[in-house]
Amino acid sequence: MVKVYVPRDSTALSLGAGQTAKAIQAEADKRGIQIELVRNGSRGLFWLEPFVEVETEQGRVAYAPVESKDVVDLFDADFLQGGSHALNLGLTEEIEWLKKQQRLTFARVGIIDPVSLEDYIAHDGYNGLKNALKMTSAEIVKTVTDSGLRGRGGAAFPTGIKWNTVLNAPAEQKYIVCNADEGDSGTYSDRMIMEDDPFVLIEGMTIAAVAVGATQGYIYLRSEYPHALKTLNEAIVKAEAAGYLGDKICGSSHTFKLEVRRAAGAYVCGEETSLLESLEGKRGLVRFKPPLPAIEGLFGKPTVVNNVISLATVPIILDKGAQFYADYGMGRSRGTLPIQLAGNIKQGGLVELAFGATLRELLYEFGGGSATGKPIRAVQVGGPLGAFLPESQFDTPLDYEEFGKIWAVLGHGGIVAFDDTVDMSKMARYAFEFCAIESCGKCTPCRIGSTRGVELVDKITSGKEHIKNIQVLRDLSDTMLNGSLCALGGMTPYPVLSALNHFAEDFKPKDVNAKKAVV
Amino acid sequence: MHGALLPLLHASQDDIGYVPEESYPFISKALALSIAEVHGVVTFYHHFRTHPAGKHILQICRAESCQAMGSEKLEADVKAQLGVDYHQTTADGEITLLPVYCLGNCACSPAVMMDEEVYGRMNQQKVAELISEVKHG
Repeated sequence: MVKVYVPRDSTALSLGAGQTAKAIQAEADKRGIQIELVRNGSRGLFWLEPFVEVETEQGRVAYAPVESKDVVDLFDADFLQGGSHALNLGLTEEIEWLKKQQRLTFARVGIIDPVSLEDYIAHDGYNGLKNALKMTSAEIVKTVTDSGLRGRGGAAFPTGIKWNTVLNAPAEQKYIVCNADEGDSGTYSDRMIMEDDPFVLIEGMTIAAVAVGATQGYIYLRSEYPHALKTLNEAIVKAEAAGYLGDKICGSSHTFKLEVRRAAGAYVCGEETSLLESLEGKRGLVRFKPPLPAIEGLFGKPTVVNNVISLATVPIILDKGAQFYADYGMGRSRGTLPIQLAGNIKQGGLVELAFGATLRELLYEFGGGSATGKPIRAVQVGGPLGAFLPESQFDTPLDYEEFGKIWAVLGHGGIVAFDDTVDMSKMARYAFEFCAIESCGKCTPCRIGSTRGVELVDKITSGKEHIKNIQVLRDLSDTMLNGSLCALGGMTPYPVLSALNHFAEDFKPKDVNAKKAVV
Repeated sequence: MHGALLPLLHASQDDIGYVPEESYPFISKALALSIAEVHGVVTFYHHFRTHPAGKHILQICRAESCQAMGSEKLEADVKAQLGVDYHQTTADGEITLLPVYCLGNCACSPAVMMDEEVYGRMNQQKVAELISEVKHG
């Protein structure tokens, strides 16, 4: 029976993959052809979704983008045997865009049926946990430390060091919390892992639990991801039934139970202490640190809080070894980063590469330039709290320290491109507006500063005491940067000041009369 | 269950579409919280509503990636078409319009969400079709 793959990833569905799948099944039934329709994850070439693949003797052949109206035509062209057609892209594995990538965390994404445990295991799944169960806690933690893995949520704190703190904190109860509150605009790698390869996250969390002695885990998932919720819950049930979760996992003495908890639309809950408050059933107010969550975290107990990508990268490290992972990357940024191309980009999608590639390579070689065909004027890297970079900085390599040197951040690896129609003063104003909407309200610089910031940008662009107010804007940014309790208020100045510093011309008064008033 | 308040509020909203203020005394008793604490949590999170919404929820993404692809115009067009602003429901009770800050569909901006389904590369016409589809089944 011919296997036909039609993705179930949210982005594929958002472009009609559901209808495409239905049309393929209906047409096959009509013609009396038996097919096995697999709803796989997405390969990440989102500009080509719905991305249909057919299994042939030579390998999987891609047809894309396939809308439901193309289906009859494809059957006529004998696509089930890899027949030629305008949409035929050849063997998927030979597509340059994929071939040039180094997929470690995303090794299985788009290839397997996300909720098939058999598929997962057949593609090296649970090899990492098997190795971990043969090791001591300290050995597992050391492997993660030696791999050089740093928190992929954005803070880039070494994962192994965090785990070591929890390991050495004596307590009856410890927790593993997965931060799946992926709220940064321009990012979707967490969502893809959860929808397209959920077992790798479950395995990573289980390894973390075995390493630090935790018995309960929570995935704090944003409410905007209903498909991820369904997929994760389905995968958890299957993992439990097969003995990979619950009591005595894989016949060992370890217990690990896992539950998905839905967030409720507060961006600030992506901050780890606010997330813990929310999991405890409270308002998501940021906590003072110390104590660190690793010492006093969820319900006051030692807690590992890691991002989805960090946890989903642990299995391959435990499978192939610390050195294998550390061999990728540059400087102190080891391994790979799943980069997400977004915004005004021709070929948007998921690109996993070793650290060190430049923005220019990503924007033009992978991204193909802007979607509108106009010059890319600015990119925002690292979500709404990341700096805007002008064209002169596009040769910066993707590396935590290199980005730090130009007062920018890599964050969660999202890159949002803007063409030359963007008004950067509006983007600065939006950064403040977003901070005002999402502020938890605990600290003054963020709660009040964000609203004052919106007012200041309005004054500046309307020409009211222009020079004086630019200075006030810089002072306000300084206060927020140094006086905020967490990154929300503390990093809002990144987009604001980078916009002002690199695109000062956009902050000039908007109307001619006001311009005359500027000294 | 530890930290049961959010799951409970979700259950209420999933089931009847909102979290009625009349339910606060029952929730506070069941979880040994004050009514003020329950109210505080409900109102902290953008997701929860204390009043019924329309039959369908239409969310338009306002975040940067969608802005880079013209979401600002889309917002204005949809508001004009529906005759409502954000957080309002159309006169026929069909659609409640909400802003959202990222749907994770950023490679195919601008994005909207109708109930639980995301739609990518949207424009006014496609949104109008979506609205018409949900209204007329």
